Amino acid sequence: MLTIKNLHASVDDTPILKGIDLALEPGKVHAIMGPNGSGKSTLAGVLAGNPRYEVTDGSIEFLGHDLLDMSTEDRARAGLFLAFQYPVEIPGVNNAYLLKAALNAKRTYNGEPELDAFEFLSKIKASMKIMEMSEDFLKRDVNAGFSGGEKKRNEVLQMQMLEPKLAVLDETDSGLDIDALKVVAEGVNRLRDEERSFLVITHYQRLLDHIIPDHVHVLAGGRIVKSGTRELALELEARGYDWISSEAVAS
Amino acid sequence: MAKTQDDMQELVDRSYKHGFVTDIASETLPPGLDEDVIRTISAIKNEPEWLLEWRLKAYRRWLTMDAPDWAKLNIEPIDYQAISYYSAPKSESDKPQSLDEVDPKLLETYDKLGIPLHERARLAGVAVDAVFDSVSVATTFRGRLLDAGVIFCSFSEAVKDYPELVKKYLGTVVSRGDNYFAALNSAVFTDGSFVYIPEGVRCPMELSTYFRINAANTGQFERTLIVADKGSHVSYLEGCTAPMRDENQLHAAVVELVAMDDAQIKYSTVQNWYPGDENGVGGIYNFVTKRGDCRTQVETGSAITWKYPSCILRGDDSQGEFYSVAVTNNWQQADTGTKMIHIGKNTRSTIISKGISAGQAQNAYRGLVKIMPSASNARNYAQCDSLLLGDKCGAHTFPYIEAANPTAKIEHEATTSTIGEDQMFYCLQRGLSEEDAVSLIVNGFCKEVFKELPMEFAVEAQALLNVSLEGAVG
Ligand SMILES: Nc1ncnc2c1ncn2[C@@H]1O[C@H](COP(=O)(O)OP(=O)(O)OP(=O)(O)O)[C@@H](O)[C@H]1O
Ligand SMILES: [Mg+2]
Repeated sequence: MLTIKNLHASVDDTPILKGIDLALEPGKVHAIMGPNGSGKSTLAGVLAGNPRYEVTDGSIEFLGHDLLDMSTEDRARAGLFLAFQYPVEIPGVNNAYLLKAALNAKRTYNGEPELDAFEFLSKIKASMKIMEMSEDFLKRDVNAGFSGGEKKRNEVLQMQMLEPKLAVLDETDSGLDIDALKVVAEGVNRLRDEERSFLVITHYQRLLDHIIPDHVHVLAGGRIVKSGTRELALELEARGYDWISSEAVAS
Repeated sequence: MAKTQDDMQELVDRSYKHGFVTDIASETLPPGLDEDVIRTISAIKNEPEWLLEWRLKAYRRWLTMDAPDWAKLNIEPIDYQAISYYSAPKSESDKPQSLDEVDPKLLETYDKLGIPLHERARLAGVAVDAVFDSVSVATTFRGRLLDAGVIFCSFSEAVKDYPELVKKYLGTVVSRGDNYFAALNSAVFTDGSFVYIPEGVRCPMELSTYFRINAANTGQFERTLIVADKGSHVSYLEGCTAPMRDENQLHAAVVELVAMDDAQIKYSTVQNWYPGDENGVGGIYNFVTKRGDCRTQVETGSAITWKYPSCILRGDDSQGEFYSVAVTNNWQQADTGTKMIHIGKNTRSTIISKGISAGQAQNAYRGLVKIMPSASNARNYAQCDSLLLGDKCGAHTFPYIEAANPTAKIEHEATTSTIGEDQMFYCLQRGLSEEDAVSLIVNGFCKEVFKELPMEFAVEAQALLNVSLEGAVG
């Protein structure tokens, strides 16, 4: 699905990612944890093709393609989805309209016919039910005036509609109340299958109680300093990150 | 009377000595501006004496004025003696005889804009007798308007057929000496539109539709006068949503709107500042779509537009609304704005203006709100937003507020934003192409204005933005 090798990336000439190696198999959920500023969002942004970041070394292979050779929009159309840590507001642009344009851009790329208004509406209404979102959000402007939690639900709604092959969730659990956390987790879990992979960035073990990961990695100082199973997340919850840093230094 | 005619004949003859050809109605005056040129224009148009006097006074005033400070606009000083001030409408035989003879690029644009087939030929300047469709549409509209008592005709026709109305209101909103360009326009204007809505009449249709079909040749010194009598109501969309034939580098237009007691005027405009013509072939608009072509624009000089529709709320309880979207791309320079003058009591006005600049364009917006001492309880709301695409263009907003009545309530908001990289990235990450993303964001930015437009124009205006901004990113 996704193979990252020796990835180095900078922002404004400051190196942030300093040699990431990571392989995601189809159907697996990998969680990434790590202290603030360690480079988690940078990794997500590099994968999605954010022009802010400059890749200085390494390679990324995605479904047999050289990901770094693909444009941002083609990565998306080929099935890479990023749920943003801070979803942007786009005033005057209708939420449903953006999503329909996105869905049809993807379908066209993949040689599928565009959805008509009726098909689109019944599909999105079903997804909104799962996300427990009021249909008012169809008519509102993209993220404009949404509460923090509503923005996150909207991201997962988009993910459901776009049915990506690889979904990168950047702190989708931050800012959610306890019930919303379950709804969002349910939205993710419904999409889990043999084919689809997830890269879940989070600070909290709590999310991983609902979305059970196959692997957990710790990103610190731009490198993956430790990888393990679910238990690693529990241990981090109990002990914090310091012990890993010293372990990493020791090794 | 006879004397006047002799005078006129003498003038025409004198003009001839200066090098004008005899068959003046189908010709263009040589470049240059003096009193004789103005007399000639007026004579060609068979204008009454008072109008000639009016023009001459404007001209004399203009001579005493200084050209405006174009500090915000990066342009060469204009040589007013290098401009030709009268160009007769092309004769039918000189025009393309069918759409087959029209520049395919122009037709392609009409297609992208979704302009109805029956209007395309007219806009492209095809000879009238070859354009049966739009002629009949126009005739139908004219009939409906006449039934309601609404006068809607070209300015020249109005001078001929309704001289009293023209005389009464001409220059009452934008006086001859209002500013440099108003004075110039007053001296040399060639044509434009005239609208009169009688007392108590609600204009039965959006005036844009008819207007667009008839105004393909408004020229560079255009003059519009709209009078809404007591208790009447009119909505006017300036017909610029479709690009039209144009070969001028400088536009200086005057738009005067007069609202009497309880009258309501809504004026919307979507302005597409396409640069002037590139090849000089047939005077067809140059649809520059690529940044790489910008150099051509530098060489041919920048297209400049100056336009300030002005509205005077004369009657008590009258209302005026302005909605405008202006796009500048490439090397274009636009200096536009609105003027709202409150005279009557309880008058209300709304101004919503959206400016979009791309490429190296400069867009200046000036909004004047003037509350006269008589206008108690006047209210104005003005909102002026600018959107920049890229970092080489500019937007400049200058609000001028003059309130001479303490009961006035005036609110002014202005914002300038750049299409955010974050917004672009968000859209691209969802799979939209760059052009679709820009179009989506720009249309979102203009939504407050577009929702005021009649449906078919809203759709067209959106398409227009896409065409105007093609290649503006990347
Ligand atoms: N323009 C810049 N110049 C220098 N450093 C920058 C710039 N932009 C971001 N950074 C730094 O890059 C580092 C990684 O940021 P990133 O957003 O990837 O962290 P994160 O792991 O997602 O953190 P969090 O858990 O707080 O979301 C941070 O230390 C940040 O300050
Ligand atoms: Mg982050």
